Amino acid sequence: MGISRREFLKIAGASAIVGLGGISAIEILHPGQFEASQVSRGPKALVGKRWAMVIDMKKLDKQTMQKCIDACHRIHNVPDIEKPKEEIKWIWKETFEHAFPGQEHEYMGEDIKHLPLLVLCNQCDNPACVRVCPTKATYKREDGIVMMDMHRCIGCRFCMAACPFGARSFNWRDPRPFIKEENKEYPTRMKGVVEKCTFCYERLAVGLQPACVEESKGAIIFGDLEDPDSEVSKILHSKYTIRRKSELGTRPSVYYIV
Amino acid sequence: MHEEWKTLFDPSSPKQVPLVRKFFDGWKVTIGLIVFLGISILPFLFDLGKAAPPPPEPKIDTPEIQKMVEKKCIEPKSFMKTEHMVMLDDWRDWYVREGRSIYTATDGKQYNISLSNTCMKCHSNKKKFCDECHNYAAVTPYCWDCHIEPKEEG
Ligand code: SF4
Ligand code: SF4
Repeated sequence: MGISRREFLKIAGASAIVGLGGISAIEILHPGQFEASQVSRGPKALVGKRWAMVIDMKKLDKQTMQKCIDACHRIHNVPDIEKPKEEIKWIWKETFEHAFPGQEHEYMGEDIKHLPLLVLCNQCDNPACVRVCPTKATYKREDGIVMMDMHRCIGCRFCMAACPFGARSFNWRDPRPFIKEENKEYPTRMKGVVEKCTFCYERLAVGLQPACVEESKGAIIFGDLEDPDSEVSKILHSKYTIRRKSELGTRPSVYYIV
Repeated sequence: MHEEWKTLFDPSSPKQVPLVRKFFDGWKVTIGLIVFLGISILPFLFDLGKAAPPPPEPKIDTPEIQKMVEKKCIEPKSFMKTEHMVMLDDWRDWYVREGRSIYTATDGKQYNISLSNTCMKCHSNKKKFCDECHNYAAVTPYCWDCHIEPKEEG
């Protein structure tokens, strides 16, 4: 029997249209059952339009910096790998001249040049990493957070090449043996994925501030840039702040008072 | 067509030979076929006479579930049995990609969307619950490469 070319095209077209509707398996298998159910934000969730941070280096001493790093890495199961090439970091210390290249000059004292700064993913408004990710494993959320969906990351490391801040780390090996104390509530990563700071999206969802902000004793301020009454907006309005490599156009959301 | 070939296919030509005149290397091919068949049915031969593996019996006798007055999962059991993977897939998109963390079940109860902190709080017996069926069905979901499984004895 067989079908004519015309018939074939008709069927193919019709299936494409049905497919475009994007009906999920659940709706087909259990019509009506899932409509009653729904998903929502948590009642206490912090909701913003563009989350940002101001890091006041004048208030941040070395010990507090280390505390911020430790808290972040502990709750997010970030492994402690010594080898510099395989090291994984979400938030870390960087010297002034490395964090702000071009801002240093020959008359600057050594202690200022080598002043340690706290750096992390800048949650850029125009993130280079998102543009290059072929799988949308890295994407920008509505609230401005540049998120990682580990389920999708294929480990191509395009994002690492694109990010001008070295904010991303690749898991060259299974990280689990290098985690001293696992936080059972938060997943680890696996070999072959890229990870970075996510502005503690999981804490925002339950109404908590990011872990480093909590540890910083007021030196790091977190808030919504789109809200003119937020503390970050007020500080940015009234104080002199700088961003890392703003000339590159990624529009970082982490501001510094140096 | 080349002259030589033409005569080969032309029935009136004296040079014409029947196309399939001979089973070239017949015995070699036959032996090859037998060996191939033998290897393909090997798995079935191994299983001959053995009983089928017992059907999986996932256990729900965890402390957390024992405590419940009405032993009920977040959605009806029949649904969870066949659709849990679809549901977990939706959950991860809702939570990770859309930032929505609360799931309201069909009966109106609300749950945190979390594999480790919601599902596995009750089903703390991964080996006797998850693995029981997954092994039987020979599926290896990679949830546990990252999500931390509950501590179990043995
Ligand atoms: S700092 Fe790097 S990883 Fe973070 S959003 Fe910007 S480009 Fe992406
Ligand atoms: S390594 Fe992962 S997150 Fe980075 S670009 Fe590739 S798929 Fe995207």
